[in-house]
Amino acid sequence: MAAELHVELVAADRSVWSGEATLVVARTTSGDIGIMPGHQPLLGVLESGPVTIRTSEGGTVIAAVHGGFISFADNKLSLLAEIVELADEIDVQRAERALERAKSDADAAAERRAEIRLRAVAVH
Amino acid sequence: MGAQLRVYKRRIQAVTATKKITKAMEMIAASRIVKAQRKVAASMPYATELTRAVTAVATGSNAKHPLTTEAEAPTRAAVLLVTSDRGLAGGYSSNAIKAAERLRERLAGEGKEVDTYIVGRKGVAYYGFRERKVEEFWTGFTDNPAYSDAKRIAAPLIEAIQKETAEGGVDELHIVFTEFVSMMTQNAVDDRMLPLSLDEVAEESTRKGEILPLFEFEPSAEDVLDALLPRYVESRIYNALLQAAASEHAARRRAMKSATDNAGDLIKSLSRLANAARQAEITQEISEIVGGASALADATAGSDK
Repeated sequence: MAAELHVELVAADRSVWSGEATLVVARTTSGDIGIMPGHQPLLGVLESGPVTIRTSEGGTVIAAVHGGFISFADNKLSLLAEIVELADEIDVQRAERALERAKSDADAAAERRAEIRLRAVAVH
Repeated sequence: MGAQLRVYKRRIQAVTATKKITKAMEMIAASRIVKAQRKVAASMPYATELTRAVTAVATGSNAKHPLTTEAEAPTRAAVLLVTSDRGLAGGYSSNAIKAAERLRERLAGEGKEVDTYIVGRKGVAYYGFRERKVEEFWTGFTDNPAYSDAKRIAAPLIEAIQKETAEGGVDELHIVFTEFVSMMTQNAVDDRMLPLSLDEVAEESTRKGEILPLFEFEPSAEDVLDALLPRYVESRIYNALLQAAASEHAARRRAMKSATDNAGDLIKSLSRLANAARQAEITQEISEIVGGASALADATAGSDK
């Protein structure tokens, strides 16, 4: 059995996903980072972007993360963010509408959020 | 029907109507407590993970940050007071306000100016009536706060604490809210959020027997702390708002329960009085009839002779 690490994906108001994984890829402020079991303890600031979790069952979980932190210690990985959405939960049409609206309102933050949602779905 | 009996009947009717309303409010509050408690529980993982991360940075690096270092001579403090939007919750809001008053006095005693920030219409009304200065206030969400509300509240507070004191910034950040202990117990407490005393946080985690590993910081300890602390404040405020909401519902449920009980007692004693009044009326009527009849009998007996 391959080595595993425990992942907790936590939003401000709920626990989004938790389980065992073999690889987690996330984007920190200084670039993409891949974490496998036994990684050295790490605490980083996340950029908004999709997070990919390869579960030990061989599946893939993708989530759109809007800002937040990644912390890894004792083979336990926590991804904290104010807003976390699993790719399965994202309503593509709604995100597209939000993107258009944000573009017309010139709301950079909202535009970025919508873009990340769509990207997470596309990777999925 | 006699006048007195009519008055009693009318009062019984009024109290019965009130009782129905308070009973309904009690049940609504009871169902909302459960929801509010669930929200508190749901926000816990984020709060604990965040606290862990803050502790890790604090103990794992020698980073100095304006939000963790105490000013040498603090001269101004911000107090965030969490009250409710609506009344009919017993002493809920007034207890929180009283706790805030005590904190103000203590801070004033230490020679600090106090800037007040208020959540909830009741607190705003209290300060407005006394014409005290309120820096900023927020209303309309106290019974069901969202994370975005906490963010909105945290923004000006973080800004104030990052500003130099001479330019109108503050050195300390306190929060007064009602802690939800259990269905029956809620306490108004005050808490210092910033500057964060890292020693305390570190002590707490070592007491739990948790040894924190040596972290690698990405990009750097300072940057992580920079990003972490505002989130920490937001999460603390969010947690306080949620607990306050749960406490508000619990306080309202209790107040409405005793109002319902009192209404029941009142109805009971009023119907006793109404019964007595009715009986007195009947007795009087009978004695009037008997008296009239015997007077009539006396009169006819007299004429017979």
